[in-house]
Amino acid sequence: MKVLVAVKRVVDYNVKVRVKADNSGVDLANVKMSMNPFCEIAVEEAVRLKEKGVATEIVVVSIGPTTAQEQLRTALALGADRAILVESADELTSLAVAKLLKAVVDKEQPQLVILGKQAIDSDNNQTGQMLAALSGYPQGTFASKVEVSGDSVNVTREIDAGAQTVSLKLPAIVTTDLRLNEPRYASLPNIMKAKKKPLEVLTPDALGVSTVSTNKTLKVEAPAARSAGIKVKSVAELVDKLKNEAKVI
Amino acid sequence: MTTLVIAEHENGAIAPATLNTVAAATKIGGDVHVLVAGQNVAAVGEAAAKIAGVSKVLVADNAAYEHQLPENVAPLVVELASAYSHVLAAATSNGKNILPRVAAHLDVDQISEIISVESADTFKRPIYAGNAISTVQSSAAVKVITVRATGFDAVAAEGGSASVEAVSAAHDAGKSSFVSEELAKSDRPELTAAKIVVSGGRGMQNGDNFKHLYTLADKLGAAVGASRAAVDAGFVPNDMQVGQTGKIVAPQLYIAVGISGAIQHLAGMKDSKVIVAINKDEEAPIFQVADYGLVADLFEAIPELEKLV
Repeated sequence: MKVLVAVKRVVDYNVKVRVKADNSGVDLANVKMSMNPFCEIAVEEAVRLKEKGVATEIVVVSIGPTTAQEQLRTALALGADRAILVESADELTSLAVAKLLKAVVDKEQPQLVILGKQAIDSDNNQTGQMLAALSGYPQGTFASKVEVSGDSVNVTREIDAGAQTVSLKLPAIVTTDLRLNEPRYASLPNIMKAKKKPLEVLTPDALGVSTVSTNKTLKVEAPAARSAGIKVKSVAELVDKLKNEAKVI
Repeated sequence: MTTLVIAEHENGAIAPATLNTVAAATKIGGDVHVLVAGQNVAAVGEAAAKIAGVSKVLVADNAAYEHQLPENVAPLVVELASAYSHVLAAATSNGKNILPRVAAHLDVDQISEIISVESADTFKRPIYAGNAISTVQSSAAVKVITVRATGFDAVAAEGGSASVEAVSAAHDAGKSSFVSEELAKSDRPELTAAKIVVSGGRGMQNGDNFKHLYTLADKLGAAVGASRAAVDAGFVPNDMQVGQTGKIVAPQLYIAVGISGAIQHLAGMKDSKVIVAINKDEEAPIFQVADYGLVADLFEAIPELEKLV
């Protein structure tokens, strides 16, 4: 079974971003970039499926700038077999990314596509569901457990009230939640080997996909700052403040 | 201009987040219709008709919609969407599951988790875990939007008198099926709707120690939450997680106990009206957003707090 994994290059999760002075976006100059944490979990899940003998080939794909090759090489070092970069210098919306991934799905015909549930930059939580709609595949979003058996996959999903398990006919789309697995680190020999694995570069034009958007970002601002309050000296003082000053209990 | 709100419901009742979503729809202007999709949901439809500001309720009662499978519900919404200027759903696990599928079918970009309506086509939403607020304008014929409940005060659940109309369309894609559900059982208020939330972090040390928070919460009528660190450490289940990738809460009072205050956690609670932080590390970042900070050992402070409230 072929598994396709989509990964995104994003600002590292430890970086506290700053809004640009002209309110055109956030300042990403000289900021550490990494693979989106949910995408790391997606890669790990695919590698585990291969280790179990369920997956036979793992293709990793990213839509983004030339530098996203770094994240693809990381995925290759973690165990993916080959990589595809659909190169676009523009910041694309989730729908545009889903359309490009659909073109890659048509080309590669994977049985299972695994994506992160959301990217920690745009926080959209859309791409996997949109890819599922465009390809006509069922979806198991926010997965905490993935079990392939025969021509279907059981996905346990993190939902607001607990957990839900659904059965999906393959081919299917899975998006990962935090507890699905704990991603491994790439070993140095594997990092060296990854440099020799194939990495194909495509463009939206070559895939015949238009990336125009119905959304336009007018401005990006810093959130209203919350000023630090006071330190109380005792529990008694805290209770007094909550009762008589804030009046919340 | 008419907005369609997808109702969120469970066990035959309208979920609170639906009322916040109707509030956002009301701010957009024009008529507000509500879609109730499910099985045996006539009573939910009746309840939806009473929501303030709603003029029509569409009830799609069919076995295919019972478990809100997105493969079946999304085509239903798509079929109805052409009559609407906006389609809204709460940014719950259910809304997030279904709505992007609808947007893709309609070939429009979705706007996720809006926190304010600037005009009928312009909305604000947080990005980068709430470290930036983006103002987005949509040119889509049908604007597809999920609503962050904490951004909008709920409308009244009673007082409206909308007409109720049955929708006969049955969509069963036949590609997915429900297997089972394990729902967390709790007598405490729901985390995202509670007026007071008490949350524990890594400082709780283990799951057993959360009993101190449950006792305090019960005395305050509060819900109990947790940081990702506490969930990752296995202290408590994931449905208690507050943060960028967990639940977003904005109660009147948020008490953070043994939580350091990573940006991912702050993203889920910093819009609370009053924040209290109890932590023995006085350098913990949580104190930078707390209205009242108490530097203390939580195992001494919590029992004392429980006695005094």
